[in-house]
Amino acid sequence: MSAQTQAGATTAPAPVGPLLRLRGLTKSFGAVQAMRGADLDVAAGEVVALVGDNGAGKSTLIKAVTGVQPADGGTIEMDGVPVSIKAPQDSAALGISAVYQDLALCDNLDVVANLFLGQETRRGGKVLDEIAMEQESRRLLDRLAVKTLRSVRSEVGALSGGQRQTVAIARSMLGDPKLVILDEPTAALGVSQTAQVLELVKRLRSEGIGVIIISHNLADVFQVADRIVVLRLGAVTGEWTSDPENRQAVVGAITGADIENGEEETP
Amino acid sequence: MSTAPASPAPAVGPGDDVKDDHHRPSLADAGRKLLEGEMGSLRVIIVLAIIWTIFALANDRFLTAVNLSNLALQIAAVGTISVGVVLVLLLGEIDLSVGAVSGLAASVMAVLSVKHGWNPYLAIIAALGIGAAIGVFQGTVSTRLVIPSFVVTLAGLLMWQGAQLRVLGDTGTVNLSDPAITNIAGTFLAPWVGWLVGLAAIAGIVGSALLNLQRRRAAGLEAESMLGLVIRTGAATIAIIVAVVVLNSDRGVPLALTILVGIVVVMNFVLTKTRFGRHIYAVGGDAEAARRAGIRVAALRTTVFALASTFAAFGGIIAASRLLAVNQSSGGSDLLLLSIAGPVVAGVSLFGGRGTVWAALLGALVIGSISNGMDLLAFQSSVKFMVTGGVLLLAVSLDAVARQRRQARGRV
Repeated sequence: MSAQTQAGATTAPAPVGPLLRLRGLTKSFGAVQAMRGADLDVAAGEVVALVGDNGAGKSTLIKAVTGVQPADGGTIEMDGVPVSIKAPQDSAALGISAVYQDLALCDNLDVVANLFLGQETRRGGKVLDEIAMEQESRRLLDRLAVKTLRSVRSEVGALSGGQRQTVAIARSMLGDPKLVILDEPTAALGVSQTAQVLELVKRLRSEGIGVIIISHNLADVFQVADRIVVLRLGAVTGEWTSDPENRQAVVGAITGADIENGEEETP
Repeated sequence: MSTAPASPAPAVGPGDDVKDDHHRPSLADAGRKLLEGEMGSLRVIIVLAIIWTIFALANDRFLTAVNLSNLALQIAAVGTISVGVVLVLLLGEIDLSVGAVSGLAASVMAVLSVKHGWNPYLAIIAALGIGAAIGVFQGTVSTRLVIPSFVVTLAGLLMWQGAQLRVLGDTGTVNLSDPAITNIAGTFLAPWVGWLVGLAAIAGIVGSALLNLQRRRAAGLEAESMLGLVIRTGAATIAIIVAVVVLNSDRGVPLALTILVGIVVVMNFVLTKTRFGRHIYAVGGDAEAARRAGIRVAALRTTVFALASTFAAFGGIIAASRLLAVNQSSGGSDLLLLSIAGPVVAGVSLFGGRGTVWAALLGALVIGSISNGMDLLAFQSSVKFMVTGGVLLLAVSLDAVARQRRQARGRV
């Protein structure tokens, strides 16, 4: 596997082939090349952090995987099988779900209604089955070891930022996805709420789900990620383990400060 | 309150979920909820009680059976229109054409039935069809071209008023005499039929509450407290019994009121128990979130506008049936504003996503009571307009204050 060539031997080797394998993804917006041949592997039960400065291509990469804005070129493999992702429905069918930064929750609805929005369980074909949905919500939250939501009938607008993030992540779990993409899940959260969300991410990993997490917060990234992949100017410039000693190197790669040192700056 | 095993201490972060604490409901809590508009129905019932007390003290004819029967007839048309308005408001949209649509639909029905000799039922169906078509048209224009519904329906208001004048032609007024049409507002249920309907409603309320309680308990879910359930169903039962007794002591329960309540019950079911209703609330809460959840927002909006215009058309038919005539001012004047004011007074948010369809009935009752009471006191229309406007402003202010308080507590 070529992924090991960059970051050295400390990278946790995937037991089998990766869950998701991206090779040479490209995307242009007119004359602007937002992504120029990005490679990425994510194994099942692995948390991969995607970091980079604004405009590095993180969002472009994610949108290519989720099908919101399909890539122009390159290959995507799921479980070793080449797939074509041209629309959000394609990625959903492949077991990829994403939680965007704005969470896309309806504040006037309760937790259960938000979890099942657009895929409500019905009884007798027409009538909403509130009991089944509420039971399923509780099961899901218990499975994710969420202890901070006392009532699944609370209005989402009444919840704290961490609780809302929890609801959004739980919703992404409803279809039993293989890969969950989290876009800035800890932005604008307090310390204890950030800890809750990171616990939840670890929980996803222990469920055997592959997780891609985008974050500007390196402290969070080093706390939760197995591997840290740095994007710069639309390409992957390096990847590191979450060993705290790598922190300077990651910062350097993000800012491009040591680009003159070549690609071998990893300690 | 919870049947789920309560975790002794939150695993992470002690300060995070304190405000989720619903365990100690207090009077202060209830007051806060009232202010924040969470108990809209209770709030409007209190307002109604105040209004009724004032008018009862000012004029001893206000609370008589005859007058309350008249009130019931007066609110049937505007209440029916308001049902559609509630649906549109829940989306966070507005429909300014409902008054004009009600006038046009009534005119179409009258002209087809009287001038063209159509079967009255066919004429009614044609009028409802016109309403639905107008709603589809306005909804499609608003959603496809992404024009605010405010503007589209304002244009509609003018167009349908013009169409109404054209349909009525030179005569201007069409008198209705066909019993099939006049009976809609002119029929009063026989006392025993009134009781039958009332008891069926009580059985339905109590039965569904108990069934829900039993099913939630069987499923091991947190259920409404017995006390709350008894208070809620008991209040509804008493209200129904009192209404039937009072109305029966005059001419009987008006058919038009029964129809309005029936529409409200059906639409309440649709809003709370079906996917369509859930999606209306979702779009009103956050249209972008709803779209990303796979809800076809444009189609949903168009459907709701079609429903609103259809209810407006039906309201116009009821009004025509009651007045026994359609003229050039049918559906005009303050009908539009009252049909919007009612639900807002009764707690439907103008910002979308909050409120119940019961607000159509309760709001019509509040607005209708004010109007009826001032008529009894022989107020001039100048005063009536100002008072009604003041009440509307007060209601909208309450809504805005409630919203600000929610936001102040980190809620939207």
